[in-house]
Amino acid sequence: MNRKVIRAGGALIASAVLAAGLAACSSGGGGGAEGEIDTSRTLNLTLANHSWTTAMQDLVGGFTEETGIKVDINVYDDEQLAQLYNVKLNAASDEIDVMMYRPLQDAQLFAKNNWLEDLTPYVDANPDWNWEDFWQSARESLTIDDQIVGVPLASETAMMLYRTDLLEETGMEYPKTFDDLKAVVEKIHEQHPDLFAFAGRGERSAAVTQFSSFLYGFGGDWFEDGKATVDSPEAKAAYEYYGGLIRDYGPPGATDMNWPQVMGLLQQGLVAFYPEGSSNYAAAVDPENSTVKDVIGVGPIPAGKAGSKPYNITAMAVGISSSSTNKAAAWEFIKWVTSEETVLKIQQADVPGARTSALPADLLATIQGNAEIGVGYDRPYVINVAEARQYVGDPIVAAIQGGDVDAAADKSARDFQEILDHEAE
Amino acid sequence: MSTQTLPTSRRESLSRWANRHRQWILSGPALIFIVLLLAIPVAYTTYLSLTDAESSLRADFNFVGLENYLEVLTDTERFWPAVLRTVVFTVGVVGVEMAAGIAIAVLLRREFRGQSIVRTIIITPLVATPVAIAMLWRLIFEPTIGFANQFLTFFGLPPAGWLSDPASALPTLMFIDVWQWTPMIVLIALAGLTTVPEEPEEAALVDGANAFQRFWYVTLPLLRPTIFAALMLRSIEAFKTFDILYATKGAGGGSAHEAETINIYAYGTNFVDNRYGLASAALIIFFIMVLILVVIQLRIRGRNK
Repeated sequence: MNRKVIRAGGALIASAVLAAGLAACSSGGGGGAEGEIDTSRTLNLTLANHSWTTAMQDLVGGFTEETGIKVDINVYDDEQLAQLYNVKLNAASDEIDVMMYRPLQDAQLFAKNNWLEDLTPYVDANPDWNWEDFWQSARESLTIDDQIVGVPLASETAMMLYRTDLLEETGMEYPKTFDDLKAVVEKIHEQHPDLFAFAGRGERSAAVTQFSSFLYGFGGDWFEDGKATVDSPEAKAAYEYYGGLIRDYGPPGATDMNWPQVMGLLQQGLVAFYPEGSSNYAAAVDPENSTVKDVIGVGPIPAGKAGSKPYNITAMAVGISSSSTNKAAAWEFIKWVTSEETVLKIQQADVPGARTSALPADLLATIQGNAEIGVGYDRPYVINVAEARQYVGDPIVAAIQGGDVDAAADKSARDFQEILDHEAE
Repeated sequence: MSTQTLPTSRRESLSRWANRHRQWILSGPALIFIVLLLAIPVAYTTYLSLTDAESSLRADFNFVGLENYLEVLTDTERFWPAVLRTVVFTVGVVGVEMAAGIAIAVLLRREFRGQSIVRTIIITPLVATPVAIAMLWRLIFEPTIGFANQFLTFFGLPPAGWLSDPASALPTLMFIDVWQWTPMIVLIALAGLTTVPEEPEEAALVDGANAFQRFWYVTLPLLRPTIFAALMLRSIEAFKTFDILYATKGAGGGSAHEAETINIYAYGTNFVDNRYGLASAALIIFFIMVLILVVIQLRIRGRNK
């Protein structure tokens, strides 16, 4: 599904082949960590379906032109990508050279499995490329046991999508606290009982990341010092709050919804408030699909007892598969795609409404604000994140269904603790 | 014996050898095929099921005996509910599909105008790809903007949760399965009906049997071998259904595991949790269940003969 194979280069390939021939004649060179690049071989890029990928694909011809390396791009959705890595990297397949992954979800597991090449020698050999220039938090999340296992590509932060027209109608201010938010949502619900005044991801695992900002705002966290804390009073209050809003004001079938489903309802003009990751902003104002694109506003996640604590994370990184037989070329690509010049171009292309080459003011303000106060993780940062997410997501589902949140959170903490204990062994 | 005759004698001895071992040579290709695609995977899965393999298959893992089996078989939270769902799903869909399929086939047996068009339409669901079908039904059953609920509210009926409601997800999936696979039973039953002679039925008619009696006491018993083949094929297929479940509800079978069958459970344990040992144990147990199902069916068939 969603598998696009794009061969970049076109006519350039001819010249690349020629260059390859010449390169083969003049053997030697290279050296250091980079080794020799065989331009007669195609470099396999395995990428996630992400706005970064879309923007990069328009530029990749320049890489082939510059280096003579042809690339083969395969794009997958998150879940398919995770399963593909599971199969191919387990089999030590050399079909993947450059691999894109989610640092908070995969980095620890992949590093533990030795699926990622240590990039430290490459980074050290290229001081001009300037590793220190990346955000410190991003570098930290990709440095595991003193090895650099990936280079950050894209960041992501929590935002609140809302309907400016509906907020205006209430005569109320944009909510500053969770209590304010509840009041506004209640008012909108009274005025428009046929709309969903608050909607959000409700599918167990998918909901975890967007719920995290609420958890932190209430003063809770996933775990502290190896002890699961999803059963703390703060966490329970957060579960009840987030799940309760969806239960009371959200769409039916919410426990089955990941972001595309909620976004679909928002695009149809059925949703007033919806917390989501910033990279999905474009979908909310998509001129082709959104019937409410002109009245979509973006605001920060309101504050709880512990203040405003939105997540602000490195969403995507790129690394080299340890089973790749084309590592030198893979590094060449990473160096190119994360160079100052390319990053600038991608950022320009990436923004919604690229012509003005500026983000909408409210989105920009939210992103900048979150950079100051943000929490660097949006899910339990353990080795087996996928399994942990199922457990810590259970109380969200219980809250949406109107079940016993207390008991669900206690059970969730017990199950999650098992993972923590297992990983500490 | 001179050296010149050697080629001939060598050829002779070769052909003698081939003749002596012809059972192996002739069955060789099939044997290799079975070993490569069946025996080795099953053996490797069995081996993995006795280890604590997790995270990476290239990492070291230890032999843990039957620990994984114990964990799976004592898991009343996910495994046994998954078994129950698998049984409910299989019995439910196969029952409805057999009844509806044979009924439709009997109706289609008589010639009528537009018969070929009707037959083509009925067979359409069978041709479509299960994953595409699943995506389509997911859109139809979207609780707010989906067609199914729009349809219900148009007639003043209350909207339903369909796939999204943990209580109705499995029945909805069963409906989708019935919709897709009944045509296969129709096809098989129709083929069977063409081999049934008309004389016994005519004789029954003369004896004063009504339509139902003719069907129940004459046609159905004659159809028994066909029905049995269809039943066997369909129940094994239904037992291991994966595509529509995965495409609509994902790896965990939904937020409350509401559509998690044994297959989906093993898949999630393997590809989401990366616990290969545990997943292998679940699969071996599943394999044994399928095997038992096949043996029971073969026994019944043997007795009927």
